[in-house]
Amino acid sequence: GDGEEVVSEITEVVREWKAGGRSPGSRPQVLRALSKVPGVYVPSMYDVAYEGGRLVAVTPRYPDVPERVEKRTISDLAAWPYPRRQLVPLTEVVHDRLNVEIFRGCTRGCRFCQAGMITRPVRERPAQQVRQMVSDGLDRTGYDEVSLTSLSSADYSGIDSVVGDVINDPMCSGQVSVSLPSLRVDAFTVGVATEIQKVRRTGLTFAPEGGTWRMRQVINKLIREEDLYGAMESTFSQGWQRVKLYFLIGLPTETDDDVLGIAELARNCVAIGRRHARNVTVTASVGGFVPKPQTPFQWFGQTSTAELQRRIRLLRDATRRDRGLNLRWHDPEATLVEGIASRGDRRLGPVIEDVWRRGGTFQEWSEHFRLPLWEEAMAAHGLSIDDYVHRHRHPDELLPWEHISAGLHRDFLWQDWEDALAEAGVEDCRWTPCYDCGACTGYGIEHVVASPVPPAGGSQGTGQDLATGGAVPVTLLPGREAVSVGRNGGSETGGIRQ
Amino acid sequence: MRLRIRFAKTGKVRWTSHRDVARMWERALRRVRIPVAYTEGFSPRPRVSFGLALPTGHESVAEYLDVELAGPHDGRDELSTLPVVLSEALPEGVDVITAAVLDGRVPSLQHDVTSCTWEVEVVGVRPVRMAGLVEDALGANQLLVTRERKGRQVTDDLRPAIVSLGVLEDRQAGTLLGTELATHPRGVRPHELLQALGPGLELGRVRRTHQWIERDGARWEPLPPGATHAPHAWGRAS
Repeated sequence: GDGEEVVSEITEVVREWKAGGRSPGSRPQVLRALSKVPGVYVPSMYDVAYEGGRLVAVTPRYPDVPERVEKRTISDLAAWPYPRRQLVPLTEVVHDRLNVEIFRGCTRGCRFCQAGMITRPVRERPAQQVRQMVSDGLDRTGYDEVSLTSLSSADYSGIDSVVGDVINDPMCSGQVSVSLPSLRVDAFTVGVATEIQKVRRTGLTFAPEGGTWRMRQVINKLIREEDLYGAMESTFSQGWQRVKLYFLIGLPTETDDDVLGIAELARNCVAIGRRHARNVTVTASVGGFVPKPQTPFQWFGQTSTAELQRRIRLLRDATRRDRGLNLRWHDPEATLVEGIASRGDRRLGPVIEDVWRRGGTFQEWSEHFRLPLWEEAMAAHGLSIDDYVHRHRHPDELLPWEHISAGLHRDFLWQDWEDALAEAGVEDCRWTPCYDCGACTGYGIEHVVASPVPPAGGSQGTGQDLATGGAVPVTLLPGREAVSVGRNGGSETGGIRQ
Repeated sequence: MRLRIRFAKTGKVRWTSHRDVARMWERALRRVRIPVAYTEGFSPRPRVSFGLALPTGHESVAEYLDVELAGPHDGRDELSTLPVVLSEALPEGVDVITAAVLDGRVPSLQHDVTSCTWEVEVVGVRPVRMAGLVEDALGANQLLVTRERKGRQVTDDLRPAIVSLGVLEDRQAGTLLGTELATHPRGVRPHELLQALGPGLELGRVRRTHQWIERDGARWEPLPPGATHAPHAWGRAS
């Protein structure tokens, strides 16, 4: 969960331990003391039992150790205007710009996304504080690029005006560019695009993830084709010439039609681009889907390497002759190993050490990755890759992370998994009735947002009439003027979508 | 209007690259709110140009950059505080020695500088032996060295580029050499000089102490320490 408050609680425990002299043999005691801090998970405080190769029990070793460790959540991001003094590296690093977090949490409910699932509810940083942090940060660091970070940046209430204010700030003399990572397709409006392109274009990446509307309903990333093409229109009409699209393959219930849908979507995006400029490139980046813990897909057996390779070949053949379309893909063998780690249990620790001892370092770099190292190490410890990666989990089996909780009810996750198989979508719960996933209700917390109306206006791609939304546990940030709401639920502020 | 700035790069920061230094400067100029002019076009960049790049790992007390300022600016009164203000905004080890306004058109540092003076530490060689190697080198007709330039192996005679060479000091770790090396037609780097002096010589600490502009029989530094005006900067007939 969120570290801001718990980090001082942890520090207190450690400080006391150090003040006591850190006597030999006292380490288990400090670990036990830490396990009593809410939100802190100390693995050594639990015994695990296996039967027939399956996990059957995770048991606290002492009565004062919690059976389930609950995540921590801060409800008021405004109380934590950090980092105040971002470090500026002297050498080249990734993300070499000023980073300001504009909100935490995401309520879209995409079923493959662990971050979205566990970081609910949404907590926005007040726009004025964002502006202040940007201004102070640029002053201190001398950076000329700001990244407004979150899981879905264009969902931030008033994103257009915040971006506009940063770019048009006279102090920045028009030289500061704004990067919005995690841009949701259906919220990328001409308004946002216009502001960003004024200074310097940073790369634009969108993640439709699924190649067909059916597939996107299964994964609950409810972006309609029109939304994607609308975003492409905004993008290319404002002068961008290169766009990256992320897709997943190997998703539950996926068919070849869904895979080929990726090619068609990408191709149509190139066509839209060509209407504006001759030399456009759309890069379709395709990755194998790895099911993650604490998501509705945590029971899904990952698609085999051979099958992923076949689907990639299908895509390559379909896009071979498309000019302006670059296909990239993640190595399916690397996806396999990611699958081992994703839903691994503590028996994997020795395996990872083994891989390292056999010379396997920098395994996430394609030039160093070696699958045989992993296969050998797993076999040496009597563990089956198939078991960890490709097996569909049983609804009754104990999963190795269930003693750690983000508040999500197991029933909700299982129900969402069944809804996925039935291709049923679930709406964004910030603006529609709460469906009690447990992430907020279990903790008595709620969304903190600046606007009761979705920023991009209208349906957010769900095809619903949100004007009839029901009771939502939402706190409105102070100082927000009433936004006039149109008859169809659209907002009458700037940046209205077509 | 252009500013010419002389700065030092010493200590641990010598392990950053020239590109890193360029970015440090961009950020420092922004922090201090110097009104730098920017290029036009797709990706506006600040109009800052550096003199000869300093190889990573070498120190220097004679680095230069020219900064083009935006719009009319009468900042002559701020010039005296600029070195302190800028040094504070720069990382530790990068310090401004002096800053001056350039009047009129001045040739770029890359073109104008004709030689550099270096202090070069040679590891594990005693001064007496070093002096012998120096004498041999200065007396030689040719000093052929093969080095890589633009991805290819090239063999050059370095002797004409050695303007001066001598033993300065006995350092515990070895011997300190002083040398002035020409930058045109092809620059000579300290480690190439060592190749010319003898096999297996190991480079220790290296520090650039001066850059020189030589013209019409006279020579001067682009900015001597404490200068408020670039010496001999002349306007060109257009």
